[in-house]
Amino acid sequence: MREITYAEAIREALRQEMRKDKNVFLIGEDLGIYGGAFGVTYGLLDEFGEERVRDTPISEAAIAGAALGAAITGMRPVAEIMFMDFTTIAMEQIVNQAAKIKFMFGGKAKVPMVVRTPAGSGTGAAAQHSQSLEAWFTHVPGLKVVMPSTPYDAKGLLISSIRDNNPIIFIEHKLLYKTTGEVPEEEYEIPLGVADIKRKGEDLTIVATSIMVQRAISASKELEKDGISVEIVDPRTLKPYDKKTIIESVKKTGKVIAVHEACKTGGFGAEIAAMISESEAFDYLDAPIKRLGGLDIPIPYNRNLERHAVPQVEDIINAAKELIYR
Amino acid sequence: MKFTPEKLIDMLIKMYKIRFFEEKVDYLFALGLVHGTMHLSIGQEAVAVGAISTLKPDDYILSTHRGHGHCIAKGADINLMMAEFLGKETGYCRGRGGSMHIADVEKGNLGATGVVGGGIPIASGVGLSIKMRKTGQVVICFFGDGAANQGAFHESLNLAAIWKLPVIFLCENNMYGMSMSVEKAFAIENIAKRAGSYGFPGEVVDGNYVLAVYKVVLKAVERARKGKGPSLIECKTYRWKGHSKSDQNLYRSKEEIESWKMKCPIKRFKEKLIAEKIITNEEIKIIEENAKNIIEKAVDFAKNSPEPSVEEIFDGVYS
Ligand SMILES: Cc1ncc(C[n+]2csc(CCOP(=O)(O)OP(=O)(O)O)c2C)c(N)n1
Repeated sequence: MREITYAEAIREALRQEMRKDKNVFLIGEDLGIYGGAFGVTYGLLDEFGEERVRDTPISEAAIAGAALGAAITGMRPVAEIMFMDFTTIAMEQIVNQAAKIKFMFGGKAKVPMVVRTPAGSGTGAAAQHSQSLEAWFTHVPGLKVVMPSTPYDAKGLLISSIRDNNPIIFIEHKLLYKTTGEVPEEEYEIPLGVADIKRKGEDLTIVATSIMVQRAISASKELEKDGISVEIVDPRTLKPYDKKTIIESVKKTGKVIAVHEACKTGGFGAEIAAMISESEAFDYLDAPIKRLGGLDIPIPYNRNLERHAVPQVEDIINAAKELIYR
Repeated sequence: MKFTPEKLIDMLIKMYKIRFFEEKVDYLFALGLVHGTMHLSIGQEAVAVGAISTLKPDDYILSTHRGHGHCIAKGADINLMMAEFLGKETGYCRGRGGSMHIADVEKGNLGATGVVGGGIPIASGVGLSIKMRKTGQVVICFFGDGAANQGAFHESLNLAAIWKLPVIFLCENNMYGMSMSVEKAFAIENIAKRAGSYGFPGEVVDGNYVLAVYKVVLKAVERARKGKGPSLIECKTYRWKGHSKSDQNLYRSKEEIESWKMKCPIKRFKEKLIAEKIITNEEIKIIEENAKNIIEKAVDFAKNSPEPSVEEIFDGVYS
């Protein structure tokens, strides 16, 4: 199969859905001629024009609100917030309005909107352009939270998100944009709420999200040399998320690490750990559940400090060995 | 308005320092020595220098992602700026902040924000504090044309208006917010016009002429010091370089960029000072060389400075 990048996969999903459904449109900052800060929407302006590749002023609250208003009146907007850090400005419209409108109105409104936004550190952009805030959104009933780790998942999950009738936070990772993988040319959906086992193994389960899936895969290749067989579960969507696949894996391996880039305290790993300890998998555990997350600090500018602020391949290897050789 | 030759020459020197600093960091970036991204204000030097030259040393400024000029105009130590650029422990932010977050709290530079419009509400808070502490200081809040379309702009200007806070809201209109031209982002011609809707003065000024900026800002500073409240000043200028390192400049023409280069604020000011016999060509050469030397020394200082240590990675999160 042909290989394309994560950014290209997202662009292809947008292009195919826009061709298919004239109500799908893009709204956000510098999407058109600039192609988005990371080039994801590059070229879409040429095909769909300014009406449907809609550049906005720097007004994140209005971007989210306009997407919401359009969504409840028959359009299917895909909004982009240039950096996940700036979802803070759009938060009122996303959290108080978009997430709750359907429920508050007795289930009557449909909110088919997607908010795409890149998260993550590793680009030297420092504390206000590097955050991973997914856990906040998972705390809000009414929202769905999607976090693809591969080009294949990015395309299929985005198509499903666009076709879904709920507000969706679609979290991309800056360091994944240039990674490549096999992606079918035709359209396909990946259902929201279904995990993917990225690697089968016997000794240890790693539940990883976004860029950490890639790091866990690298770590597992190293661990294999020491005879440690790792199973990697990628939830792909954090809300809803696939508890069953995680539980089954932990029952098999008896050991689990949850790893994400976001700060450890209050991160999604806490949810996974708590869920496992409440589940039937608890009785199968041979070791405490381990969480690996970012340090509880803002992301520093300095390259070396920045690297130390979030889990790297070697941190995953060390954590795995700690669990295995207890 | 009368200026002493010393004041005029000081302004020219600062403009050169800004230009050479930014040309140097652009070069260091190209060499791969700088991590991340950065935003250059080449072509906009007259705004930072003209505005900040009206201030007393203990007055405040709030800067932006495009803030190197503001820092230098407020008297920043170039060594510490350069060290911050290279992410060194000796830098203004101990290597934690980088280009986008340089602050010099002791000198009244309350820092640059990476969030467009993020400094505007803070400025009203600084103004409030000045008023409550009765210190007679003022604060200049720099922001771009793009930032004026954040909701926070509206809330903060209104707050400053009703409480008559000593804030100078200084909009650096360089014609684009990233790829979006002001023609596309606004349905009005002058952003300064918005001041009227809050009930305070708004003025448009040629942002490429340092003395014009000075004059208009001084009026606003005097008004603020008298307790009469805020002003909004719009300096029309132009960003010569791309928005940041990811910019291919597809949204504007080469001709447009070249036409603004013809209006170089440094060249214009220099030629005026020469014509008025305040300075000679030879003296200009010396000023240029001195400024370049300061920048070179700063690069040496930064290169020879230590990296932050990982053991101290938690420093500064809480006090
Ligand atoms: C809240 C927010 N939205 C978007 C961005 C991305 N961004 C950084 S600078 C910029 C353009 C800002 O334009 P303007 O305020 O006119 O300042 P200029 O860059 O022209 O100096 C954008 C969109 C950001 N940093 N913060």
